[in-house]
Amino acid sequence: MSEKKPERREFLFTASYAVGAVGVGAVVWPLIDQMNPDASVKALASTEVDVSAVQPGKTITVLWRGKPVFIKRRTPEEIAEARAVKMEDLKDPQKDEDRAKDPEWLVMVGVCTHLGCVPLNDKGDYNGWFCPCHGSHYDTSGRIRKGPAPLNMEVPKYEFVNSNTIKIG
Amino acid sequence: MSDHEYVPSSKFGKWFNDRLPLLSLASHLTDYPTPKNLNYWWTFGGILTFCLITQIVTGLTLAMHYIAHADLAFESVEHIMRDVNYGWLIRYIHANGASMFFLAVYIHIFRSLFYGSYKSPREIIWIIGIIIYLLMMAAAFMGYVLPWGQMSFWGATVITNLFSAIPLVGEGIVNWLWGGYSVDNPTLTRFFTLHYLIPFLILGLVVLHIWALHIPGNNNPVGIDVKKPSKDTVPFHPYIVIKDAFALLMFTIVFAFFVFYSPNILGHADNYIEANPMVTPAHIVPEWYLLPFYAILRSVPDKLMGVVAMLSAILILAALPWLDTSKIRSAVFRPLYKQFYWILLVDVLVLGYVGAMPAEGLYLLIARVATAYYFIHFLIILPVLGFKEKTIPLPLSITEPVLGGFPMASVVKKKEGLN
Repeated sequence: MSEKKPERREFLFTASYAVGAVGVGAVVWPLIDQMNPDASVKALASTEVDVSAVQPGKTITVLWRGKPVFIKRRTPEEIAEARAVKMEDLKDPQKDEDRAKDPEWLVMVGVCTHLGCVPLNDKGDYNGWFCPCHGSHYDTSGRIRKGPAPLNMEVPKYEFVNSNTIKIG
Repeated sequence: MSDHEYVPSSKFGKWFNDRLPLLSLASHLTDYPTPKNLNYWWTFGGILTFCLITQIVTGLTLAMHYIAHADLAFESVEHIMRDVNYGWLIRYIHANGASMFFLAVYIHIFRSLFYGSYKSPREIIWIIGIIIYLLMMAAAFMGYVLPWGQMSFWGATVITNLFSAIPLVGEGIVNWLWGGYSVDNPTLTRFFTLHYLIPFLILGLVVLHIWALHIPGNNNPVGIDVKKPSKDTVPFHPYIVIKDAFALLMFTIVFAFFVFYSPNILGHADNYIEANPMVTPAHIVPEWYLLPFYAILRSVPDKLMGVVAMLSAILILAALPWLDTSKIRSAVFRPLYKQFYWILLVDVLVLGYVGAMPAEGLYLLIARVATAYYFIHFLIILPVLGFKEKTIPLPLSITEPVLGGFPMASVVKKKEGLN
């Protein structure tokens, strides 16, 4: 046998495996991707909320994409408390000004960033939220202060459609 | 597979067996030579097979009435409990059957740990067993989600969120698992599908587990190799079949006690409240059989490292045949290992206890010490012990400890006569 023949064979084998792998991938991908959020789930991506009845100091909880969203109308004291916190005291440093565009209104996903439980309002060591599952404490800006959660509660994309209505998503 | 050629007596039997040797297989299984010193800790393999079949049969019948939909699942389970003929019985057997399954598997695993059944040449049997155990946990977790109660929903939320600890792709993986942005109907339907599938995967692996077992044959309490077939072995049928059947009878008494006298004692009252994505129950705990690993998860203050520690605690078992460097199998001849074995057992029970308690103060401290010890046992104590330990001399055969040093021909003959 000449020296060149095996190389030719090997090339053909490698090329066949490569084409085969692409084919298998193309067939498997739809089977995997079908599990991702579908069109009907994505279609529910935004919610409009009437906040005219919310009194200062109160929080309402609305459902957005299957998750609770806290809308809190903060009192001047709570705003002052949130803004007085030094950045070096925070695990996930973020200014209150960046979290609440209108300081009176705090809008955030009410899901603990540890393992997804819903924290309780007006509880915990920092007058904000407390997660009963594994003991994370959040401040009046929804920032993580103590406990196993790694991040602040997420602020979703939202806007005031008019002075009484918030559109989340 | 068989050690001797089996020839069916009937003409049809021979014709059939030449084409598909099912009769040879049956003959192999009945004649399978078994060490005659197997104690009752060896009956849990049969008990586990019973548990698997019970779960499949009750699960199939429940699936005829259950509706996998976020709006209807909770109601359909209540419908099973109140309206379906014997629905309460079938569901209580299925729910408590999961606990009984884990009870038996933990005894089975700790039997292997004591008698060194995972050691050469039985590593593959052991690893298949660990895979079965992982699949059992997955099946149990997804099954617990199906009634769509508060514990179902929040247990599913917490466990799936473990994947969000993975850097960069974690969030995408969690949304993919959920089929949305939270645990919801798409999650329920896929969990039902997988919960239905996994028991059959387990069944397939059980066949491989037994097949791999039948190559070297059973380990035994003395932990030395036996010649098969020999005076040291008895045929599987009727000796082991009867012993297994008696043990199974005892086991079903315990099983029946739970089903008929305290069917909800191992569950959580919160799961009789329908799932509510707006409110988390005050105290979320997994089922008892997952508590030791839950304690390990919570004892690490970092989210990602907690998940890594929990998974390692399970996967470390697969490496056990190589972590344990001692050539002696049975703890009977390993005086030091025997003590560490009992300490490990207590350690796991302590982890289970603190896993059910709030993760704070003294409980958290205990959980951290117990977690550290768990890893020290497998990663430091076992490898070192194999070199340092002074073991007790092994007997020459499993008959020797009984008959006192030498096989007495007369006794052996009499026993043979009885066979």
